[in-house]
Amino acid sequence: MQLKRRDFIKISGITAAGSLIIPPFLNSCKTVRLSADAESYLNHFEVTTGTLQKVISAAMEKGADYADLFFEHSLNHSCALEDNQVNSAYSNISSGVGIRVLKGDQTGYAYSEDLSEEAMLKAARTASNIADSPGKVSVADVTEYTRPNYYAINGSWENTSIKDKIPFMKRMNDNIFAADNRVTRVNVYLNDKTSYILFYNSDGLLAWDYRPIILIAAVCIMEDKGNIENFYVTRSSRMGPNFLTNELVDELSAEVVERTSKLFDAVKPDAGEMEVVMGAGQSGILLHEAMGHAFEADFNRKNLSVFCDKMGQKIAEDFVTIVDDGTIPGNRGSLNFDDEGSPTEKTTLVSNGKLTSYLHDRISSAFYKVPSTGNGRRQSFRHIPMPRMRSTYMENGPHKKDEIIASVKKGIYVDYFSNGEVNIGQGDFTFFVKFGYLIENGKLTRPIKDINVIGNGPQALADIVMVADDKIIDNGGGMCGKNGQSVPVSMGMPTVKIRKLTVG
Amino acid sequence: MDTNEKYALADDVIEHALKSGAEQVSVSVYDNRSTEIEIRDQKIDSLKESNQASLSISIYVDKKFSSHSTNRMNREELHSFVEEAIESTRFLAADEYRSLPDPELYYKEGGPSLNVFDGSIDSLDAATKIGLARKVMEEAYGKDERILSVSSYYYDSIYGDIMVTSNGFRGSSSKTAIQLVAEVSVKSNTGRPNAYWYETQVFFDKLKKEGIGSKALERALRKSDPIKINSGLYEVIVENRVAVNLLSPVYDSLTGSSLYQKQSFLTGMQGKPVASEILTVFDDPHIPSAPGSRLFDNEGLKSVKRPIIEKGVLKDYYIDTYYGKKLGMKPTSGSSSNLVFETGSRKPEEMIASMKKGVLITGFIGGNCNGSTGDFSYGIEGFYIENGNIVHPVNEMNISGNMTSFWFNLKEMGSDIREDDSIRIPSMRFEGVQLSGI
Repeated sequence: MQLKRRDFIKISGITAAGSLIIPPFLNSCKTVRLSADAESYLNHFEVTTGTLQKVISAAMEKGADYADLFFEHSLNHSCALEDNQVNSAYSNISSGVGIRVLKGDQTGYAYSEDLSEEAMLKAARTASNIADSPGKVSVADVTEYTRPNYYAINGSWENTSIKDKIPFMKRMNDNIFAADNRVTRVNVYLNDKTSYILFYNSDGLLAWDYRPIILIAAVCIMEDKGNIENFYVTRSSRMGPNFLTNELVDELSAEVVERTSKLFDAVKPDAGEMEVVMGAGQSGILLHEAMGHAFEADFNRKNLSVFCDKMGQKIAEDFVTIVDDGTIPGNRGSLNFDDEGSPTEKTTLVSNGKLTSYLHDRISSAFYKVPSTGNGRRQSFRHIPMPRMRSTYMENGPHKKDEIIASVKKGIYVDYFSNGEVNIGQGDFTFFVKFGYLIENGKLTRPIKDINVIGNGPQALADIVMVADDKIIDNGGGMCGKNGQSVPVSMGMPTVKIRKLTVG
Repeated sequence: MDTNEKYALADDVIEHALKSGAEQVSVSVYDNRSTEIEIRDQKIDSLKESNQASLSISIYVDKKFSSHSTNRMNREELHSFVEEAIESTRFLAADEYRSLPDPELYYKEGGPSLNVFDGSIDSLDAATKIGLARKVMEEAYGKDERILSVSSYYYDSIYGDIMVTSNGFRGSSSKTAIQLVAEVSVKSNTGRPNAYWYETQVFFDKLKKEGIGSKALERALRKSDPIKINSGLYEVIVENRVAVNLLSPVYDSLTGSSLYQKQSFLTGMQGKPVASEILTVFDDPHIPSAPGSRLFDNEGLKSVKRPIIEKGVLKDYYIDTYYGKKLGMKPTSGSSSNLVFETGSRKPEEMIASMKKGVLITGFIGGNCNGSTGDFSYGIEGFYIENGNIVHPVNEMNISGNMTSFWFNLKEMGSDIREDDSIRIPSMRFEGVQLSGI
């Protein structure tokens, strides 16, 4: 297969530039004429709808209920600044097709990096072995998914030269060094990835997507009187090259310098249980760890989640509403369709304190007899899709940030985190605080750093006693791991108060 | 691809890169085949076959460096890939420290036989693999009325790679791995505790195939209804299987990049005590049939057995060629092979039996360590011990401290290393450790 990537991008570029965000719907004409974009994606992977149907038929030949093909061609570039210079770069090209076969809730999976018909048929037959009652396969008519466009872009990352990225990275470096004479090391990283996706399934659904994603990160090291402190900031989006601006770079540089410099005064809070105020934005990590994973329907279907018998029940105060949204324009967690061809949406998980929905993929939605919420995601064509979060955040509540902080006699305020984890069955979760403040008698006092906070998901959700009206969706570079697969996500939150978590 | 085909591809790419303007080039080609099977309760949940291959190239041109990889092996396409890579490298800033390793340090030949490949894994059929996983599941399934779910997993992989550099290195390696895992989830009054157990091996015949499901079940049941205890200083035993969690910030701080970027709490500590004198750790690349064994590392540097920490004194770092030059240090290897800890005489059960009051840590959840300062805090789960007996499970607690002082609280090494893992670490007993709970 030879690439026709530059010709192709023109077609796609024209479409993207003129796109508006429109709701997805299925084009169900019987004798469908494919759009020029769909044709170009078929050409890109050098396949025809006839080949796709043939491979699907091979995948279904042992009596499967369903099969799908996920073609991916990803181009990844990253470059790094160290010692004031952008002096290393990395790139990766990865392409292939993942073939999935379902029989009830059982999955057969194989992939091929070789996109010849022969190699694809071989992989399809391997995956087909999950079923064992050969039957007649009927070929479905092709219907084209009309996609929305949640990540309209101006030009492409794959055609952006490294020389156009370097000035922004150097500006970041220079800003940080200039801002504080205690700075001794700066590292800046820029990572972009462009994925061409073509999806086809045994229902005849044909979908295509062009997925950009960009991440910029800066690490700042300061030394003062023999003490060393480090801090980092990240920003990410599904935008095109107009993501990189001097304004963004200046904002991030100022942020990393300010936070690093305050760490020299940071103390460790007393260990034990206390009230915790979580600042607007990154604190959405609480939702991601304490409930988001436990709301993923595969864990519930398999009886593993601490929330599996709580659907429809009141699990939080009336003013708590939590959503998982795959439709925010330009957001890192957004997708025009999920990795199994289902439209994404804004899914309400907790509505006024009541658990209303899990996060579904195709298998779990069939099990629970509800429509998929468009949460079926995978790391790449080499991976089996499963329910994953997109952008998980809490809606605004009735309180004010100042009022929340003023209500705490002794506790902590936290708003920067590096990582978290959850144990699905017991419900225990953690998040690691990179920065925050002590709250003493209703006031923020000394900075705090490097502490783990641990709690229990259902308890923490019930213990959210105040929610402010200052929601921020954080655009940091969140990466979520589950069963060995990583996918990009984002999170958000207004300022909230939790009655009690263990700090240590 | 067989080894000769990989070499032929690498030679062609190197030749093309040098012709296109590169001064030095390193190319590696790998492929990997694997099977993954999951059985849940009595049904196959998923069957997955993987077959992947990739080529990586590191390019040095005008003292500028970049590295690239692709899974598209068509020669014509690889040639244009290399040309574009060289072209884009020229936009970078020069970096005088970038070059291939000194050929003197390369592995040449005559190393010991490592015995890390089992050809028989290739001929196992699907029914055998499914049967193995099914037996693991059956050891737990239906064995207790509190069981909610039993999953078992089979995994195997057959890996092969070659590396060629333009200044004289040529080497190949191949490796197999096979693994069985059980995961059990049970009902309790306060939640759905779950636990896992696994066995892993290079050789199919040597793989422990029994006791995996039953162990996972036993471990899940004993975790039911945990209680949080008071914050304070405790004596703790960290179980061998999870002790690596406390080791990883130490390992991170030993690397050249952490030292150079001032994210290492072990800067300047070579030759000085960093832990209690009962701690001795060797990096040993030549253990026959061990999963981390190798003759050379990912730069081609010859692997040698060396002490990392000896009687509590830091002996050596993990330095690759690039950071070696930047730091003015001799490259040792930027990555670990097998890490072998010197063991003590008692099993963890014996340590528990003589413990007056303390905590046995059997799992970590989240947390992190600040590499620059050594401050750490991790979530834990385990068991509260009083007068030599396990009293109840504990959870929702943190262990915290500073890595520069924590390792001096190490009082005893267990005798229980897991010989099939590349990190051969026993259970360890510490005194005066900060735990936070109520």
